[in-house]
Amino acid sequence: MSDVQRMRHGSSIGLPVTRRDGHDKVTGQARFAADNHPTGMLYAVLATSRIARGRVAFLDVAAARAHVGVVEVMVPGNRPALAIHPDDKSVPFSFKMDLLQDDRVRYAGQSIAVVIAETLEAATEGAALLAPRYAAEAVEVTLDAPGAFVPETVGVGAPAEQRHGDVEAGLDHAAHRIETTYETPLQFHNAMEPHGIVAAWDGDALSIDMPTQGLALTQMRIAAFFGIRMEDIHIRSPFIGGGFGSKLLAGPQVLGILAAKLVGRPVKLVLTRAQMYGPVTHRSATRQSLRLGAAADGQLTAIDHHVRTATSRHDDFLEPSGGISHSLYASPAIATTADAVRLDTGTPGFMRGPGEASGSIALESAMDEMAAACGIDPLEFRLRNYAEVEPITGKPFSSKALRDCYAQGATTFGWAGRPLAPRQMRDADGLLVGWGLGTAIFPAMMFQAEARAVLRRDGTGLVEAGIHDMGQGAWTAFAQIAADSLGLDIDQVEFRGGRSDLPNAGIAGGSGHTATAGGAIHAAGGQAIARLTELAVADPRSPLFGAGNVGVVARDGRLVRWDDESRGETYGDILARAGLDMVEGQGSAAADQATAEQYSLHAHGAVFAEVKVDPELGQVRVTRLVGAFAAGRIINPRMVRSQYYGGMIWGLSFALHEHAAMDVRTGRVMNADLAEYRVPVNADVPSVEAILVEEEDPHVNALGIKGVGEIGITGTAGAIANAVWHATGVRVRKFPIALEAFSGA
Amino acid sequence: MNRFEYIRPRSVAEAVAAAAIPGSAYLAAGTNLLDLMKIGVARPGRLIDLNHLPGLDAIETLPGGAVRIGAQVRNAELAHDPEFARRFPAVAEALLSGASAQLRNAATVGGNLMQRTRCAWFQDTASACNRREPGTGCDALGGENRMHAVLGWSEHCIATHPSDFCVPLVALDAVVEIEGAGGRRDIPLADFHLLPGTTPERESVLAPGELVIAVRLPAEAAGFAAHARYAKLRERTSYAFAVVSAAAGLRIANGRIVEARLALGGVAAKPWRAEAAEASLAGAAPDADAFRRAAEIAMAEAKPSGDNAFKIELARRIAIRALTQAAAGTPDRLPALPASSFASNAGAPNMGGLHV
Repeated sequence: MSDVQRMRHGSSIGLPVTRRDGHDKVTGQARFAADNHPTGMLYAVLATSRIARGRVAFLDVAAARAHVGVVEVMVPGNRPALAIHPDDKSVPFSFKMDLLQDDRVRYAGQSIAVVIAETLEAATEGAALLAPRYAAEAVEVTLDAPGAFVPETVGVGAPAEQRHGDVEAGLDHAAHRIETTYETPLQFHNAMEPHGIVAAWDGDALSIDMPTQGLALTQMRIAAFFGIRMEDIHIRSPFIGGGFGSKLLAGPQVLGILAAKLVGRPVKLVLTRAQMYGPVTHRSATRQSLRLGAAADGQLTAIDHHVRTATSRHDDFLEPSGGISHSLYASPAIATTADAVRLDTGTPGFMRGPGEASGSIALESAMDEMAAACGIDPLEFRLRNYAEVEPITGKPFSSKALRDCYAQGATTFGWAGRPLAPRQMRDADGLLVGWGLGTAIFPAMMFQAEARAVLRRDGTGLVEAGIHDMGQGAWTAFAQIAADSLGLDIDQVEFRGGRSDLPNAGIAGGSGHTATAGGAIHAAGGQAIARLTELAVADPRSPLFGAGNVGVVARDGRLVRWDDESRGETYGDILARAGLDMVEGQGSAAADQATAEQYSLHAHGAVFAEVKVDPELGQVRVTRLVGAFAAGRIINPRMVRSQYYGGMIWGLSFALHEHAAMDVRTGRVMNADLAEYRVPVNADVPSVEAILVEEEDPHVNALGIKGVGEIGITGTAGAIANAVWHATGVRVRKFPIALEAFSGA
Repeated sequence: MNRFEYIRPRSVAEAVAAAAIPGSAYLAAGTNLLDLMKIGVARPGRLIDLNHLPGLDAIETLPGGAVRIGAQVRNAELAHDPEFARRFPAVAEALLSGASAQLRNAATVGGNLMQRTRCAWFQDTASACNRREPGTGCDALGGENRMHAVLGWSEHCIATHPSDFCVPLVALDAVVEIEGAGGRRDIPLADFHLLPGTTPERESVLAPGELVIAVRLPAEAAGFAAHARYAKLRERTSYAFAVVSAAAGLRIANGRIVEARLALGGVAAKPWRAEAAEASLAGAAPDADAFRRAAEIAMAEAKPSGDNAFKIELARRIAIRALTQAAAGTPDRLPALPASSFASNAGAPNMGGLHV
């Protein structure tokens, strides 16, 4: 743990503290949203559309109502009024919604009615009894749909086209050129916990249990829909069973709030697994065309990255896959362009590594193809194209320990001696063995957050911030930051989060939650300490009298002089003498524009994969994954390793498994369950290792945090695809890699 | 949930009598039926619970050496029965390659035979499916049907039977014992499941109300124990149905194959016994040429039903794999990953922090 010790910031940050919510979770005591059952609660079940475009012509509401236990059926005709139209995107990151505004169907799986009953079973049967009839229209659901257009922006407001240098000239002068197209499939988040809500009205006040990655934004969104005050909405979201971007805001759960309003009783609404393949966003399919040029010595001369993606017919989200090519490899010329088609699907959205994940597998595959074309080892090829400054902007990186990532990853993996040519290695059982590499990169983003910290006369602390724990360990990491911010042991600090009546801690998204909310907590604690210090240094009775703010250190519940640690006193003594019960600090943190303009802010990593492939049958297994990541200061190495594992396994899933099989004739997802929408099982992941590469970043933010939630996917998926090529000699450019690719081999 | 009557009979006779009423369905573990009820594919009016019937949960060796497996014996129980696994190792291997540990602990022998296809259009009540609703058509034709049948299919249905267990059973001449209102009868497993033809809704020879009470393997089936394997190609290392699979059994004497058994899974609406391929192996040396020839014969009639031509070649290769492994001899212990290309589940030398 020597690496961890060196990275320690205070008494808690940097330590591998175990999950503070771990005991509750493994003993079933952690109360997730759907575990709540207020008195008088009814169950709501969605009826969803089987067609992807058209109108609902008939619902047998009478049959549903007549079913024993059914209390009410909510349809457009009796749905309580909303203050704004469901298509009104009232807050950042929101999408047009389907809240029974009319009889139109925009995608398969859209809610068309809500059945409310005394039991889940009665509501489920009531929904089946609605037996909808439709006026269906022809659908378009593939990337080859007509009407391709060039969007102005992709992702969240990023320019769809970015250029640096002369790509065509770079390609013309290249000694080696490759021109390849990669396809990635439609994917769904599939968080273990489905979207759900328990909603209860009390007059105009609304009480909600619901998993959300953005408490305050969700509160704002719901306030706008119902025309009520934010402070009259109380949301509890202590635990989230995975969000991955699909739970940033209230999704179809708003229908649960409407249902509760309609029947005047608390209502629980939980989506079924199948209902998670429609209204909760997804990752669009992409088709990415890459043209790379390289000089004889392997130096890139041009990167041209064009992305075809898709959005819904009624709203915009364009998977920004080309962004990865802006910041990763040095090239005198870079161009990224995009076009898109409109489909009869739900609107795509933020799915873990939006753009980065899909873009990375294409870019890393293309880099591997170019390395092979140049006859250079893939690691050496990447080092020859190492970006000392961000290629597309020329800005310096705030920090970049990618060389260390390559070196440590390669050593641990045992990369040296890898044969250049494919299909050279076999194991004792005759299986083909291949090794592949991918570079990981993810921007260090920050949003906006506030926090409150209190030092109490009894020597304990209280820190409050409406943080979100999606399973990533937020309860633990923020408690560590809180403890250090107050100079207290972690067990001396009460930490409150996961509720909307606490300071707005922003969103758990963009891998920026720890940096942002952590920064706010750090600042709040610092202000509380500063106020306490002001009391002490101005008090002639204090041993710290006259030391000045800067001359004092907070440690272990005491303030001491930095130049003489024997002189100091406890927080409690200072407060007691001042006749105060507590001092309070407020803190906030946000992305700093000046820093972002001056520096390129990114975490980096290198992922090495070993695959084994059955030479006759083509079955692939990833036998080893080693990832080395540098992401600034690590708050809790245990949690961070788990985040990297999770990301890398997601990358494995991306390369080999995940694929929503949509019937292009109907627009329905035909594998909308966890048996057939394949994700890896334990046996698919025999060995995964994450190395935490030390990196100090003095610029990125106050705590030097870059974020670790999404980077593990990037690099990994490409590393596996490249290892499959190295094992078999077959370059698969359509993901997930399927058996068909090898049946002719 | 749809309402249904729940009946818990005390004897097989009571069960069969209860099932005489139309709309009845037998409930064993329910690992497939309950899922189908939840998605509206099956809506039985009466469930007749077999889980408390006496006498259906025994694995018995009969005089003469045949083995009789009660229909309520659980998959895991059978696979882990040391005597059974010793005599019929390919059956044990097939059982352990299927589903997950949890499902194997619940799923029954009879239920395994009776499980329905996992064809996505069969499971989607908004799609046309002749098997589910005769005469509506087949939406699997023209859909993403890479996993569908390449043998024995018709324009009316291209679904496959998903069982692993049935594949070695059919290779080993298993017999199904059936009890119905008209008494007891035996049907060879090879004749139990029906190819779709023009009536894909008829999945087996069972008459309404008839109940599978046991599966028998003849004594001769144990004669393959020294050279019996099951090989399964799947798209993840565990918890996946076969893309293609094969069960092979050989009796080898003096360097020659005396008798061969070969059956394929994942290729048709029934476990596919390859008798002509078996015949080609009789008297041959157990070598690559013979196995390649047998595989060609086994798949001679195969044709793609959609985007699945690749399965025909893979089916040949899995047949060769099973025969090759069988010829090499049944291992003393089943591999950690049964029937898998990746026999060993061992981690790599420099292992990381997360292991299975």
